[in-house]
Amino acid sequence: MFKNLFPNKIILLKNNTIKILLFIMILIFFIGLIFALFISPPDYLQGDSVRIMYVHVPSSFIALGCFGLIGLASGFNLIFKIKLAPLVAKSLAPIGCIFSITSIVTGSLWGKPTWGIWWVWDARLTSMLVLFLFYLAYIFSWKVIKNYEKAVKVSSFIGIVGLINLPIIKYSVNWWNTLHQTSSIKLTSLPTIHYTMLIPLLIMFLGMLIYSLIIFLMRYKTESMKLKLNKKK
Amino acid sequence: MLTKRVKSRIVFFTFLFTLLGILIFLTLKSLEENVVYFFSPTEIYNKTDISISGKIRIGGLVKKGSVINNESDVVFIITDLKNEVIVTYSGLLPNLFSEGKGVVAEGKLKDKKYFIAHSILAKHDENYMPPEVYKALKKSNN
Repeated sequence: MFKNLFPNKIILLKNNTIKILLFIMILIFFIGLIFALFISPPDYLQGDSVRIMYVHVPSSFIALGCFGLIGLASGFNLIFKIKLAPLVAKSLAPIGCIFSITSIVTGSLWGKPTWGIWWVWDARLTSMLVLFLFYLAYIFSWKVIKNYEKAVKVSSFIGIVGLINLPIIKYSVNWWNTLHQTSSIKLTSLPTIHYTMLIPLLIMFLGMLIYSLIIFLMRYKTESMKLKLNKKK
Repeated sequence: MLTKRVKSRIVFFTFLFTLLGILIFLTLKSLEENVVYFFSPTEIYNKTDISISGKIRIGGLVKKGSVINNESDVVFIITDLKNEVIVTYSGLLPNLFSEGKGVVAEGKLKDKKYFIAHSILAKHDENYMPPEVYKALKKSNN
């Protein structure tokens, strides 16, 4: 199965596969939005503004996850010189970038009615902004540097340095006093979100994951083609 | 399986990564005072180098039954269940401001027990539930 992900195989990826995924995604979003907007109850404290969570939390998860993968791929590339690693990382970057800005914007929209302010410089919000800046730096390193080998090196370096930021984001709410609340979903204990709100959250997360997968496959195919063309020149 | 060059690269990048991690850790550690968004009443109480004139933030819970609405201002107590600070504020309160809930006040200390806020932010916790569940929980707790 994984063999299909090698650059010379991904080029054969059919548009039908994308179309099927697209169909599944729309279906999941349809169900997810019905749950998020109509079926799920308002929060006892925040009322309907809690519904922003169904976009905000999955966006943040994916923004962090994407950079985690970029960092890993960059590390693998720098150490083992695997040819497909930088391509994977490069294809993931725009997805994570979009989701990090989505997370920040929706967070801001959520902050105003609940906290009473759009933005504060607390540890969570600031480290999330740093993540967005890392995404920008990563993407620009590919855009600015024309020499492929050099671009791979510089971007991979940004990738592994940015990896250090991820635990800082994750644990910022535990290590320091922040205005941002601590995590509701933890590996070590039960979620503190009532299940009627957890269900739409998980469905929306799944929808956004499939969206990310579609964008990734399309980008990865394009990048592989570009590399092949450049080699032929 | 691993060639010598790969091994040396592993060592090099692990070393670099750890070094960078330690560097960032130390930077954040030394900047802790600035990284924290607010101080708790206990931290205020224990602080020796406190600046009375400077702008600071205090966070904690609004003590139950402590909110007094006057004509021009509101007075309440921020508590962390160990120490307390009396806060006065004139202005609009955020919607989520209520007794027993989290709050962050920005302003100036008059002394260690008395704080003049010029802005109030509500801090909510990580628990989300429908109103009925909250009522049921409250009932069973009483």
